[in-house]
Amino acid sequence: MSQIRALIVDDSSVMRKIVERSLRQAGLDLSSVMEAGNGAEALGILDANPVDLILSDINMPVMDGLEFVRQLQTVEKLRGVPVVMITTEGSESNVVQALSLGAKGYIRKPFTPDQVKEHVLPVLGL
Amino acid sequence: MTPFSESSIPIAVFDRTAWTPLLELSAREVFDIMLSTRLRAFDKSADLNDGEFTALVGLAGSLCGVLSIRCNDQAARIMASKMLGMPEEEVDNDSWDALGEIANMIAGNFKGKLSGIGNHCMLSVPTIIVGTDYETRSVRGGNMIEVVFEFEGKPLWVSLELHE
Repeated sequence: MSQIRALIVDDSSVMRKIVERSLRQAGLDLSSVMEAGNGAEALGILDANPVDLILSDINMPVMDGLEFVRQLQTVEKLRGVPVVMITTEGSESNVVQALSLGAKGYIRKPFTPDQVKEHVLPVLGL
Repeated sequence: MTPFSESSIPIAVFDRTAWTPLLELSAREVFDIMLSTRLRAFDKSADLNDGEFTALVGLAGSLCGVLSIRCNDQAARIMASKMLGMPEEEVDNDSWDALGEIANMIAGNFKGKLSGIGNHCMLSVPTIIVGTDYETRSVRGGNMIEVVFEFEGKPLWVSLELHE
C-alpha cells in the first residue's frame, strides 16, 4: 500500500501520540496523521479530509467511539474506511457492539506496538 | 455505552483477599506494558505530601466506586516521559493526561479480571486533582483497597474505593 492517511480519535493526547508512534513502529508509511479528541470532532475532520485508516477510543466525552462508528456508517464516502477500536474497557459487549456497527478490529489497552501491528495491518490488507 | 437493565446487572461481591492481588497485578501489567517499568512494593512509610497529583476514574454498574492513583509531580512527569518515549524536560501538561490514562487502564484491566463483571461496569473519563489538601467522602458506606508501589524512589498509591 502507498502512503497512509490516518486519523486517531482519543480524548487523551498522550494516547494519541502513543498510537501514532506505534503505527510508525509497525512500519506504516504515514503521509499524514490527524487527531481528534472525540467522535464529533473526528466527523468534522473527516468532512474535509479523506483518510485510509481510523483508530478510535470507545470511552470519550461528547461523542463516544460507538456512536462515532454508527455515524460513520451513515455517510457513504466514509462507510468503507477501516476503523480499529482502541479501548480500555474490559467489556466484551462494547467490543461486540463496535464490530457489529462496522469496526474492523479492536486493540485493548494496555497494548504493545506489536499488538498494534498485529491488529492494524490485516485491516489494511497488509 | 451499552444499555443494560438494572435487574440484569450481576453485583460484584467485595472480596479484599482476592481483589487486592488483582489490583496489584492490574497496575503492574499497565506499568510493564506501557512504561516498561517493573513496579515494586513501597517498603517505607509513605507520606501523602509526596502525592500532589491524583487521577480518579469512576466505576458504575456492577462495581460502583472510584479508582485512584496518586503520586508526586516528578513521578507523573517521568511516567509521561516513559509512555511517550521523550525526554522528561519536554513533557508539558502531558503528565496530567498520562496519569489519567494510566488510571483508566488500571481500572479497565482490573474490571476485566473480575469474571462476569466487565460487561456490566462502565468507566468514567479520568479526573485529575492537583494538590494534597483535600478529602474524598463517599455518599454511601464502602470498602477500600490500597496498594503502595515504589516508582522512581517515590510512593505511588493505587486505591480502589467501592460503594455498597
